[in-house]
Amino acid sequence: MFLKENILLAVTGLRSNKMRAFLTMLGIIIGIGSVIAIVSIGNAVTASVSDTMAGLGANNIEVYVTPKEAQNSTYNVTVGGNNMDESDLISADQIAAFQQKYSDEIAGISYQESLGSGKAKDGRRYANVSVYGVNEGYEKVNNVTLTKGRFLRAKDIEGNRRVAVISDRLVSNMFRGQVNPIGKTIDVDETNGEETYTIVGIYHYKQSAMLGMAVADQDLPTDLYIPVSVAKEQSDYQNYKYFTVQTKTSTNAKSFANKINNYFSKIYANNSAYTCEAYNMESAMSSVTKILNTISTAVAAIAAIALLVGGIGVMNIMLVSVTERTREIGTRKALGARSSYIRMQFIVEAVIICLIGGIIGIIVGILLAWGGVSLLHLKMVISIPTILISVGFSMLIGIFFGYYPAKKASRLDPIDALRYE
Amino acid sequence: MSQDIIQMKGIVKNYFIGTPNELHILKGIDLTVQEGDFVSIVGASGSGKSTLMNMIGVLDRPTAGNYMLDGILTSKMSDNELSDIRNRKIGFVFQTFNLIPRSNALKNVELPMLYAGVDGKTRTKRAKELLELVGMGDRMYHQPNELSGGQKQRVAIARALSNDPPIILADEPTGALDSETGHLVMNLFHRVHDEDGKTIVLITHNPELAKETNRIITLKDGAVISDEPGLGKAVE
Repeated sequence: MFLKENILLAVTGLRSNKMRAFLTMLGIIIGIGSVIAIVSIGNAVTASVSDTMAGLGANNIEVYVTPKEAQNSTYNVTVGGNNMDESDLISADQIAAFQQKYSDEIAGISYQESLGSGKAKDGRRYANVSVYGVNEGYEKVNNVTLTKGRFLRAKDIEGNRRVAVISDRLVSNMFRGQVNPIGKTIDVDETNGEETYTIVGIYHYKQSAMLGMAVADQDLPTDLYIPVSVAKEQSDYQNYKYFTVQTKTSTNAKSFANKINNYFSKIYANNSAYTCEAYNMESAMSSVTKILNTISTAVAAIAAIALLVGGIGVMNIMLVSVTERTREIGTRKALGARSSYIRMQFIVEAVIICLIGGIIGIIVGILLAWGGVSLLHLKMVISIPTILISVGFSMLIGIFFGYYPAKKASRLDPIDALRYE
Repeated sequence: MSQDIIQMKGIVKNYFIGTPNELHILKGIDLTVQEGDFVSIVGASGSGKSTLMNMIGVLDRPTAGNYMLDGILTSKMSDNELSDIRNRKIGFVFQTFNLIPRSNALKNVELPMLYAGVDGKTRTKRAKELLELVGMGDRMYHQPNELSGGQKQRVAIARALSNDPPIILADEPTGALDSETGHLVMNLFHRVHDEDGKTIVLITHNPELAKETNRIITLKDGAVISDEPGLGKAVE
């Protein structure tokens, strides 16, 4: 009924009292804005975490040397700890034997030796790196994307060759894209001195969701991969504390994890303190996603309370407005307005307030989310359903909280209303 | 002047019914007004003339009695039906003008037509004609707060005429105006009466104004105490 006229009337009314209209909308703006911001940031974090986890691979199973007795609270799981020695760790030969036995089910195995952070230099420029000694399986298991050259091969590892695979980010920082770095040498300052490597490959650096929040772009360390055998030359231990198995896509990762546990429990049968245990990434991924979802839902619920308060604010102002306009309502009734017309007029006004507030809130929310997301170096995910739901929800708030004042207005007795001072 | 447009029989209005404070405002009023008449209802404060006006304007229902308006029995009608009757049969003019704030003169005159379901183009055309008629053609887009009292009342009269109702019900239309402007407004009523043949019911406490009408009905304590002819023309 007279929708166009009612909308025009509501807009004129709001314009004539801008400050009040804005203050009324503020609750809705804050409510909708925070819901949109929280949901958007939550979505961005979830998407990024899922990306990272998927990058690590849902088919990946981590196999760790772990203490047999959980109640042994004094254990020290770091390599070189008091009660863990070389014989407790897994040797490369054992891993190779395992891989051979289950070659039908295993797509690749990766193990590594971390040398910690270092500095790559070429005389004038330097770049921060994390040096990892890895095996040839690392590329596949960890989804390394090569942009130039090749990854490390079994021959590099067997021959203890001084070769390295570096990130494209390091290339752009150090070589400025002038020359083809493949075949060039690079000096790396490591904890135990300086080593020179020949660059054989370049991989595409993927920004991690977790890292890179507070570090300047140039100082951000990227991984530099060298043959694990070279890294082991600098290590006190020749065996490994853990390795990663990537199963073939046809293999069920969960049941294969049980096979791994059985296989290694035999090997560790005579070890009183330690055994090997397999952890599947899939379960870790779903639990992380679950936690993130729970957090966003909880925060969104708190924001919904802000929305509720905003709605009550709208109702309050609408009640004031009905009282202020008692004479107008009386006049309208005398001129032939049915009660339903009056009710509609006030509901439309409340809906318009909430709708405008909601739209401003969406814009504010997206800006806030954009700010937060870029601060966290994440990708912005604008969820259209969330926006549509917010618009719909703010209109519902208008109808819900506008109904009572509108009902009150429509029920006014025209005689009393006309006489109202 | 043949048909009875207002026929009231034994109209009683009581307030606070059934309580010790029960008030008897109208005590069985019989009133007949012929179509095209110009009638004034006078009486002191508390005589019941406002209540009678509410009855005539179907803003209120009588406690007892029958009211036929333009041949329609209104006493048992629903609220929505009464709204429609007010919309089409009666043009209200109030002492305090009661223009809708933040709506310009044109929108105010269009309002009764909007409620009657008249389409936008026709509304605007007729509202403009009416504003020209009352001499407000050059102030159509002014807000009520930009108009003087006399101008506001002229807009209100144009509004009362917008659905072409047979009856104009004016409650102290000059009460808030100075005497000169009041005369201008009264002349407008005379014009509407003479040229359009509208039935006009004027409620006033001012005997000078009442004299200008065709018929003067005096109320006292909720009953008609006199019903006499007036001069029927503007006093110069």
